[in-house]
Amino acid sequence: MKYFKFLISLILTTGIFYGLNTKFGSIPPIGKFLNPYSGVWQNETDEIINGSISIPNLKETVTVHYDDQLIPHIFAQNEADLYKAQGYITAKHRLWQMEFQTYAAAGRLSEIIGEGALNYDRQERRRGMGYGAEQTLKDMLADPITGPLMQSFADGVNSYINSLSPNDYPVEYKLLDYAPEPWTTKKTANLLMYMTKMLAGGDDDLEYTNILRKFGQERFDILFPDYYPNNDPVIPTNTDWSFIDVPQTPQPNSQIVLDSISETIEKPHPDNGSNNWAVSPGKSYSGNAILANDPHLGLNLPSIWFVMQLATPEHNSFGATLPGALGVVSGFNQYCAWGETNATRDVIDWYKIEFNDDRTKYKHDGIWKDVTVRIEDIKIKGRENYKDSVLYTHHGPVTYDKNYLGDNAKAGYAMQWVGHMGGNNQLTLIKMNRGKNYNDYVDAIQHFMAPAQNFVFASTEGDIALWIQGKFPNKWKGQGRFLMDGSKSENDWQSYIPQPFNAHTKNPERGFVSSANQHPFDSLYPYYNYNDGYEGYRNRVINDFFRAKEKFTIQDFKDLHNNNYNLKAADILPFMLENMDINSLNTEEKEAYHILKSWKYNNDIDEIAPSLWSNWWSKLYRLTWDEFNIEDLALSWPFSRQTMHLYKTKGDDTFMDIIDTPEKETAKDLFLISFKDAVKSINEWKAKNGDYKWGDYQATYAGHLLQALPAFSRFNIPIGGGRSIVNATSENHGPSWRMIVEMTSPPTALGIYPGGQSGNPGSKYYDNYIDDWAAGKYNTLNFMQSANGDSSVISTQTLTPNE
Amino acid sequence: MNKSIINFIITIILAFVFSLFLPWWSVMLAGFLSALFVPLKHSSVFFIPFLAIVIFWGIYAFTLSSGNDFILAKRIAVLLPLGGNPYVLILVTGIIGGIAAGLAAIFGKQCQLLLKK
Repeated sequence: MKYFKFLISLILTTGIFYGLNTKFGSIPPIGKFLNPYSGVWQNETDEIINGSISIPNLKETVTVHYDDQLIPHIFAQNEADLYKAQGYITAKHRLWQMEFQTYAAAGRLSEIIGEGALNYDRQERRRGMGYGAEQTLKDMLADPITGPLMQSFADGVNSYINSLSPNDYPVEYKLLDYAPEPWTTKKTANLLMYMTKMLAGGDDDLEYTNILRKFGQERFDILFPDYYPNNDPVIPTNTDWSFIDVPQTPQPNSQIVLDSISETIEKPHPDNGSNNWAVSPGKSYSGNAILANDPHLGLNLPSIWFVMQLATPEHNSFGATLPGALGVVSGFNQYCAWGETNATRDVIDWYKIEFNDDRTKYKHDGIWKDVTVRIEDIKIKGRENYKDSVLYTHHGPVTYDKNYLGDNAKAGYAMQWVGHMGGNNQLTLIKMNRGKNYNDYVDAIQHFMAPAQNFVFASTEGDIALWIQGKFPNKWKGQGRFLMDGSKSENDWQSYIPQPFNAHTKNPERGFVSSANQHPFDSLYPYYNYNDGYEGYRNRVINDFFRAKEKFTIQDFKDLHNNNYNLKAADILPFMLENMDINSLNTEEKEAYHILKSWKYNNDIDEIAPSLWSNWWSKLYRLTWDEFNIEDLALSWPFSRQTMHLYKTKGDDTFMDIIDTPEKETAKDLFLISFKDAVKSINEWKAKNGDYKWGDYQATYAGHLLQALPAFSRFNIPIGGGRSIVNATSENHGPSWRMIVEMTSPPTALGIYPGGQSGNPGSKYYDNYIDDWAAGKYNTLNFMQSANGDSSVISTQTLTPNE
Repeated sequence: MNKSIINFIITIILAFVFSLFLPWWSVMLAGFLSALFVPLKHSSVFFIPFLAIVIFWGIYAFTLSSGNDFILAKRIAVLLPLGGNPYVLILVTGIIGGIAAGLAAIFGKQCQLLLKK
């Protein structure tokens, strides 16, 4: 009996130890997690922002002032110390995020999350994310400026990581039960690659190939025309292109490969985009140029941006940084301001590859060339590694083959992507931070290869400019619209547009520059390009705004950032209401009809019409393109802008017919059917949730990076706007950083983003900007002019060299 | 002094000392050792160290959290999920530590009985 009791108590004790020390699925090891001495309770605090810390190999003392927004103002004596301090300070506030993003970028999430992330990891490896990061890393390390500074940054991050005991790890490490690894220059390359994928990782070549095969060229051209009328491009029309003396690549007589592709890899969010603009001194209320930027990205917590001031005696910059990259990305210094929007261009093409029997060679112009094999060794938490051999040709990785989403033993599809071709985006950022004038800006941006960006610029000297900068293949007309035959060199990218011929404008006559992801230039620009999902509404609202009057104030800039005018609805809704047969409407439907009829097209939070419109439009769109609702065939649906154009011009086209019904529907019928459906659905929503005001219906949220864990996310953020609206806030996407800079000497600036400076969900600075951001308010950015700080300083930390 | 009170105090003191350099199972070691040296009878074997650790962890968790307006505790109480109530989380924290310490104490008591003979 005694031994029995002993045994039972031993089993119970071991059992409870095991039970509380082990992670079960998504439940953290609960004893570890809740222990107040080392677990999550230790994170119930703000970061320490005072005192003195010694950092190995710092050359001189660095002063870090914090203002009441928890923005660090770093004053160093040289750039090596500056970027080391940037690494240290960023890690202090955002360590988990900056590391997690590099895992996601490199296809390494299975290491943290386990088998559930394996498909994602394989996809990212097949996309060549690791390969691409290695190419850019080579270029960045070879450069005498970026190489050593990236190492300084890494050292700074590591001196923070080394100062931590497991008790101090950010809460996400405790939740997932793992530890940070050392930071490397490679991780900075991974992060930049992550941005490249996010902003230049989309294309529809394979989907377009399927559409072409299914519907034929004539129908394809109706659905996806190269150019739309009324583009209002980024570079003003009538820009003189006569300085360009390298012609477009002539078109070979190449044949399109009409394969059928069932599934393709995941694409970035289609709403990733941005606004930026600047007015010249002549158009500014004060005679100083004014610049604004707001990048539209996923709304996440911790936010993608971390705001900092970075100063040495030689330069002093301020603005939004990407945790993990050096320097300010969207911001200003004493002389210039800059910001980016995405410059979409088709920089991914696909080639069909023909292999020999054992897949060691592939055919190119009748010669068998060697395949290189890259073994992707994917570590998985709690399981043995998964090894995936990815074949590489001179085009790039053979993403699809018999081992991945394909079934042809002797063929595959290789990806050609500027994202795989190196470049030194980091040098652009470092030079921009140092820049003093227009020439410095032009010199800085030339290193930026991908993702191509519309770099807006304004200076205290009064220049404004906008360059569309990236590495662009000089394509023949139609090249890469569809899958190409990879065995013929005539289909290869023949050359690149020489960098000085990238479209740009400096001090245009109209007195302003702007970009909103619309078509980059008019049809006279001498290189091939086609509509690749370009924005057609925000750009027109912005440009009309600046054409409407002579002078603009800071308040005008704020108003434009927060402009909720729905031009898309204004363009098509009156036509729909007019052409719909309203005789059969019941009382509820009539009421809805009148709500829409009296709408002034503003997507404000208290309006109900935008909810009705949004519901109706999504139903109408899906009903229209029922032809595209096919399983086992990868298809991209026509853009809504072209869809609307077709309603007006080809309302009785067979595309309008609903294939499942015996009747022959036209656009007018679709309007009515989807309208009735929408009224029913929105009234059901109303019965469940109350009045369908746009703010409630849209229900914008900022989700934590870990699959929007509700505990660490913010829901029902009261903000209006929507897709294709200047205030481009949608459900989980929107203006991720709003900045306005007036080019006084020194510049005066406002900025805010939907998050907070701290990455710790236990800090009051985790999400403290969100309400002001939603309300359209801004924080004044305290641009400190010396290491003495100013009255906004709440605390100061000194980083000192190791004794 | 009553043996229970002695056990209670010793458990807390040991738990405090161990927790400075050992992981969460420091409370199990404390429960085990206090049972070994100050053995109790019947249900007290479990409940005294249990209560000691509920109070010890609970108070420390409360102190850490109240200094920060319970910001994180409220979030973790959504995560686990405990209805977002930080006090429930504090209680759960204490009970988890308490159960671990109590069971270790039962084991300690059994060891003590074996050693005695």
